[in-house]
Amino acid sequence: MTSSQLFGISTLGYLLASALYIATLLFKTKKSGVVASILTLLTFLVQTVGIGLRWYESYEMGMGHAPLSNMYESLVFFSWSIVIFYLLLELKFHNRIFGAFAIPFAFFSMAYASFAKGINQEISPLIPALQSNWLIVHVVTCFIGYAAFAVACGLGFMYLLKSASSDTSETGVISSLPKLSVLDDVIHKTMIFGFLWLSAGIITGAIWANSAWGTYWSWDPKETWSLITWFIYAATLHARFTRGWQGKRIAWLAIIGFVSVIFTYFGVNFLLSGLHSYGSS
Amino acid sequence: MSKKKNSIWTFFASVKLALFVLFILAIASIIGTVIPQNSPVDVYVKQYGENMARLFQILDIPDMYNSWWFTTMLFLLALNLTVCTIERLPSVWRMVVLDNLKTDLGRLSKMQPNKQLITSKLPEEAAVQVRAGLHDKGWKSTEAARDGGILLFAQKAPWTRLGVYIVHTSILVIFAGAMIGSYFGYKGSVMIPETRSTDTIYEFGTRNPIKLGFEVFCNRFTLSHYPNGAPKEFRSDLVIVDDGGKEVARKSIIVNDPLSYKGHTFYQSSYQSYEKFLITLVNNETKNKELFLIEPGKQVQWDAEKVAFGIINRGMTDTPGKFTYKIWFSGGDTSEPFWIIEGDTTVINESGKAYTFSMKEFYATGLQVTKDPGVWCVYIGCGLMLFGLMIAFFFSHRRVWVYISRENDQTSVRVTGNTNKNKPAFDKNFETVSHTIEEKLT
Ligand code: HEM
Repeated sequence: MTSSQLFGISTLGYLLASALYIATLLFKTKKSGVVASILTLLTFLVQTVGIGLRWYESYEMGMGHAPLSNMYESLVFFSWSIVIFYLLLELKFHNRIFGAFAIPFAFFSMAYASFAKGINQEISPLIPALQSNWLIVHVVTCFIGYAAFAVACGLGFMYLLKSASSDTSETGVISSLPKLSVLDDVIHKTMIFGFLWLSAGIITGAIWANSAWGTYWSWDPKETWSLITWFIYAATLHARFTRGWQGKRIAWLAIIGFVSVIFTYFGVNFLLSGLHSYGSS
Repeated sequence: MSKKKNSIWTFFASVKLALFVLFILAIASIIGTVIPQNSPVDVYVKQYGENMARLFQILDIPDMYNSWWFTTMLFLLALNLTVCTIERLPSVWRMVVLDNLKTDLGRLSKMQPNKQLITSKLPEEAAVQVRAGLHDKGWKSTEAARDGGILLFAQKAPWTRLGVYIVHTSILVIFAGAMIGSYFGYKGSVMIPETRSTDTIYEFGTRNPIKLGFEVFCNRFTLSHYPNGAPKEFRSDLVIVDDGGKEVARKSIIVNDPLSYKGHTFYQSSYQSYEKFLITLVNNETKNKELFLIEPGKQVQWDAEKVAFGIINRGMTDTPGKFTYKIWFSGGDTSEPFWIIEGDTTVINESGKAYTFSMKEFYATGLQVTKDPGVWCVYIGCGLMLFGLMIAFFFSHRRVWVYISRENDQTSVRVTGNTNKNKPAFDKNFETVSHTIEEKLT
């Protein structure tokens, strides 16, 4: 077994799990939900082993480093973070419906990593600037934040779907979604969690930059976009906390915030240039 | 308090302004990520035309993050935060130290969640039970006689109300650190060829020379590669010479591991090669040693030992970017040339003498040099921010009151409470507490 094979299996696993979660939502079949959860958990374990194996393989190849060094590896880790975040959410809120809006993100991330053009799947050696333990801390903190924001975005869609629907019957698809007030609360908590980790991500990035270049902040496009994202979520928290924004507006902001995350993650690499361009290969 | 609540003050204290500033900062920041920063003027003219380029100059777009208007926005955010804090902190502080046993009893019955229990026990007896019930759930209570009844009060984590203000203060601390850095620090760079030293570096942008007040000596620069030829490590062996020629510090620096001395920090950032080579020759018997800087194709003489040598040719190795060199060496007899890989050492026997021959490419190391006396302040701010965020997000100030009074031959036990955030969690919490009290009373 190689790590790429395990990642292939993971991609397939998340695809099936997504389908099962969506089926659970549509047909309200309890059993498919249980199967979806089990499948997600198993796939998650396979993926975890895959990440560990890739780490090991890099040592075998004589350049040992944590598998967090390029776009491919970060996408795999992004997907992994979404799933662990989602599984904890499922455990805490005892609700499988969220899965239909979260696990597809994990699948897309894996599928994009595997099939998109221009994404190098090779294990490649670390250039000197990336040889730092801060790399691991920085990437992990950022991606936990991103994962939370992805889930918040999914929940935002769920909220808008539910609130836009006039379907109040007891049997419709929409009625199986959690109550709006519950969704609103979970979106808020998820964003708060993401904000904390994003802050930590920006800070660890700054510390790393300072140890590598002697400047903790240089307004490079990636840094700037992460700050823009941070401003958006900070504004969202204030709008809610001090101006009482709730419901639809917050759901929209969860989506807008995630668009900014995605741009920070991909857009900057593909459309703009800067120090962080390592991610583009 | 004589603080005038005039409209300017209110304006700067408002959260609306905060939302506006955050929004504008987010939008404005995008500009600098789309329009290249710090390029020469003609680049803008070529890309955007004369008129746009002139507009850019007026608005400082080419260096927008340091422009007057962007700095003003950041200043506005800081001012907004400061005024908002001055406005609100006193009342928040009052909440933290408030004597809740003086709470207006009328308010208690209106507060949510709320639960009234009736018991036949006397108030004093009931109070004992209530106290025990609260205690069981981890609430330490105080009490006072009020209006003929007994008021018990317990709270958790009142100080966490300050979490938000820790976050806000942290932003000001970070700003302060950044300002200290920009007024009292500099950022510059210097190239030091191997075996040479410098006491001057050059500021970024302006290229103004800055005297260090001591000397930095680059002993050696080594570049190593991965098997596929990608650069693996840049390493400079640096020595600091100060106090009239004394060696005061020595460190082998690599990217991510700089050398600091007297507030100046030297970072490995780049290198330059010159198509020249450093040759170290040692006579193994006499330990006579000499260092040469040579160019390929030129003959070099070591007069003391009466030997001559030169580089004839270059060949490939298995590692891309790494080369092997053909060396001609003579000490009287003319012997066969030999091959040596850059960076290696070999022993040659020539006219009955043995020499150790080491060869490496001659580089200049590119160092980034900074002095930033504000970094520690920024780091403290960052630490405070994370600490404050955790308090603001994961803790809440929770309060529980129990008022016991005698009403028509019965004893009423009114349990109520509130929290400053995360009401759903508190409601559950309240449910278990009031339930425990109920059980104790029966
Ligand atoms: C980027 C800068 C800022 C950050 C990171 C920040 C962070 C926070 C956080 C984390 C909270 C707690 C929210 C919650 O509990 O859900 C908060 C609350 C608040 N912020 Fe900010 N803030 C910033 C700027 C500002 C500014 C400029 C103002 C000026 C008016 C402001 C006013 C407030 C107020 C009034 C609250 C509610 C405080 C309370 O409950 O007593 N914030 N802020």
